[in-house]
This record gives sequence, C-alpha cells and structure tokens, in this order.
Amino acid sequence: MSNYPDTYRYTKEHEWVSVEGDLGTVGLTFHAQQELGDIVYVDLPKLGLQVEQGKALGSVESVKAVSDIYAPVSGEVAEINDALTSAPEKLNEDPHGAAWLVKLKLANPGEVQNLMTAAEYQTYIGAES
Amino acid sequence: MPAASLHVTPLNSVHRALGARMVDFGGWDMPVQYSGIVDEHHAVRKAAGLFDVSHMGEIEIRGPEAERLVNYVATNDASRLRDGQAQYSALLYDHGGFVDDILVHRVRADEFFLCVNASNQAKDFAHLREHNRFDAEVIFASERYAQLALQGPRALEILQTLTPVELNAVRYYWFTDGEVCGAPARIARTGYTGEDGFELYVAPGEAERLWREMLAAGAPHGIKPAGLGARNTLRLEAKMALYGHEIDATITPWEAGLGWIVKLDKGDFVGRQALVKQQEAGVARQLVGFAMVGRGVGRDGYEVLCDGKSAGWVTSGSPSPTLNRNIGLCYLPVELATVGRTLQILVRHQPVEAVTVPTPFYKRPR
Repeated sequence: MSNYPDTYRYTKEHEWVSVEGDLGTVGLTFHAQQELGDIVYVDLPKLGLQVEQGKALGSVESVKAVSDIYAPVSGEVAEINDALTSAPEKLNEDPHGAAWLVKLKLANPGEVQNLMTAAEYQTYIGAES
Repeated sequence: MPAASLHVTPLNSVHRALGARMVDFGGWDMPVQYSGIVDEHHAVRKAAGLFDVSHMGEIEIRGPEAERLVNYVATNDASRLRDGQAQYSALLYDHGGFVDDILVHRVRADEFFLCVNASNQAKDFAHLREHNRFDAEVIFASERYAQLALQGPRALEILQTLTPVELNAVRYYWFTDGEVCGAPARIARTGYTGEDGFELYVAPGEAERLWREMLAAGAPHGIKPAGLGARNTLRLEAKMALYGHEIDATITPWEAGLGWIVKLDKGDFVGRQALVKQQEAGVARQLVGFAMVGRGVGRDGYEVLCDGKSAGWVTSGSPSPTLNRNIGLCYLPVELATVGRTLQILVRHQPVEAVTVPTPFYKRPR
C-alpha cells in the first residue's frame, strides 16, 4: 500500500493537490494509477489556461483505457510536468512525488476545503473497492 | 468480495489474495491484471503465464449422431477430426451472423466437447438444442469444469513436471485425457495468446491446487499469473477474434477473415445458404489491421475515416507491448481494405492518422 501524504487534499475523481502559498501542485493518486494500470500517455493542458474546479484538466491513457483528469481546484496553469510526455510510466512509479501533473496558480484558495483529507480519501477508496 | 450478482470461478478468492484487480467481465468477476498488463504480456511471450479461464463454457454432444449435429450447427468440418483432435469453428444464425466462435474437440466418434464463450454459453446451448434433430444429446457441462490456460514458450517444460502424459506427443490443436498433479484433466494444446501452450479442463474442486502447483513449478521459469488484460493484448497481436468485437450476430465469417473455418463442401449447415449468397454477391466490408501513426490509441468503437469520410469502426485497439506501437483491427469497405492505406481514427473527437498493416501483428518464432 502506498502512503497518502497528510498535507495533500484529495478528490473523488482521484486527484490530489498540495498547496504552497498561492500555488497548488496537482497529481493523480496512487489508487488511480493502480486502477488504470500501465500508463502510456499523459495529456496536459497548455500553460496559461484557466481551469475551474471539477472541470477537465487533461487525460491519462493506460493500455486498457482513457480517463479524464479533473482540476481539484480553480486556477491558471502555471507549470506543467513535461517529463511525463516522454516518460508517462513515471506516473505508475511515483504518482505522489516526481510524477506531479501541473501547478496551478490558485484562483480561490478556499476551495481546498471542499476536498477530502488523506484519512477521508483512504476511507473513500476503501469503500469504493 | 465480488458483487452478489456476479458469477465467480473456483479461483476467485485466490485472485483476490494475489492482489488482482477484479472487473465485471460479461457478468463474471474476473482478474484483469495482477502485476500489470505489460509485465504479464511479456511473461507470456518470453516465459509463461497462467490464466484462469474457468468462466468459459463447456457443452458436450453425445450419441450416435453427435458428429452429424456438430457438423450441422458448426461451420468447420467436424468429420475431418480424429479422436483427440480439436478444431476452431463457429455457430451461425440462418442469416450468416455469428452466434459464437467455439472450439470443437472430438473425444470419440460419439462424443464431442465444445468450449464456448462465457457470456454466450446459455445462448449457444439453446441454439444447439433448437437445431438438434439428430440422435444426439446436448449437455450443458460448464459447472463440471474449471479451465486453466498455461501459455508461453516455457509452458510445455513447466507442465511436463506435473504430468505423466508425454506432452511433446500432443501436437498443436490436439488434446488428451490424462492427469495433472494426480487430478484427471483434459489437456489440450490450444490457446488464445499466439504462443505455444495448453488449456486444461479440470474439476472445479481441483482448480486451486493445480493453480498453486503450476505457479510453484513455473517459478524457476519465470511464470506469472496473467489476467484478462494481457489475454486481450496477446490475442489482439495474434489477430484472434473476440466475440462482441470482431464478430457478433451482424458479422459473417467472410467479413471477419474467418473463411478458413467455413467448409461449404461438407453439406448443409445452419447459415450456409446465407454465406453462399454473400459469397456470390461479394462482401461489402472486411476486417483490417491498422497501426497508429499519430499519437493516440484507436480503441474499440472509435470511428474510422478515409479521406475525411466515415469509412468504418474499430473493433479492438490497444498499445501492443510486443511491437511497442499502437495497433488495432477495424472494419472497412472492401475497396478500402488494402495494406498501406492512410486512415484517420477519431480519438476522442480528434482525427489521428493510422495506416493499414498486414496481420497477424505478431507471429511466434517456430
């Protein structure tokens, strides 16, 4: 089993966000990559795009299926993790760390409070499976 | 625990204990992957993989006219079989579409053993009964069998340590009744991966012990438990049809590239008239292999365009772990069904370039 950092917040669609100042780093959870299996493509948004909480942010494709990634919080895409374009399998290896997806400049930092804590998320995925 | 409405195989709790990801596969709670589809796929191509395929159905045909019934309902010629020989065949409707694709095993002149698709077994059984105007008995036998598939270049070596049967003498598409780990087993040299290997039909109560003993015996050879995910990528590379994808009630064997399992000269059979008619008129569409040129995977159900116009649909598509490119099968109008043609596949509303290629995508070295 993997470690779900207490400092992250989690969505029902299996993204995480880690907030530092006005920047939120967004990634996919360990559980999500496990469900997807071997990841072959990661499609990320363009820099500068304004995204809304709960709206599509990109997609991730495994051998088996394609799945949308949703923005856990609203904001402007300030940075994308280019390394995933050439090495999507990193998302299977280190989803909570080096394989983060994008960094968002938060439009509304309060939104983070709508998301689950690590404990709540683990209960949620426990119930789901 | 699986949902109460799902069917389970005798190995359900074993899969769960191994940490398999389970999915609802046509009403069956089945393992889609253990260590990962790509890892399991490579294990089968390079060493061996063990699959639980106990969801597959078994139907026995017995009696003095067993062969006549089989030959009347199935497209291939069962009269060419000898005792202990197996044959790929199909059940068709009168209109020529597939009821199912099946494996016919001749146990002896008055006993045939059919292996059929899990989700079609009730339909197949009813179809066989409906057309049984012969002195033959159709017996639904699925609950008497678990099925394990040991596939890969090391399959024979591994299985040989567990059976007194001389496996080298069992040729491809032949079978024999013997013992594996002391348990009675029907040992068939067949499979759905494009590799050498065996499919074992055993009593459900023996499945768990055989599963464990095969994994233990195969450990030094690099065996891995393999799920339906790898089974799908393996069969796709070998261009083996999957019911509900390449074939279904609306598709005929001519269209699916399965003319080789149709023997028009053997006498009348269900669907023959429609096939003769279609052959005379010419088929309108054909199954073709493609490889993606642009970035993306052309998946099942995606629309295929040619010169900007809708031309067909993808039946199966996936990254190919062996070829390391994205491949698939699609139906195209026969005039477009040539190798080297540029296509566009609508991948989530975006046209992505693909090219038609020869099939099978993979053929094992012999």
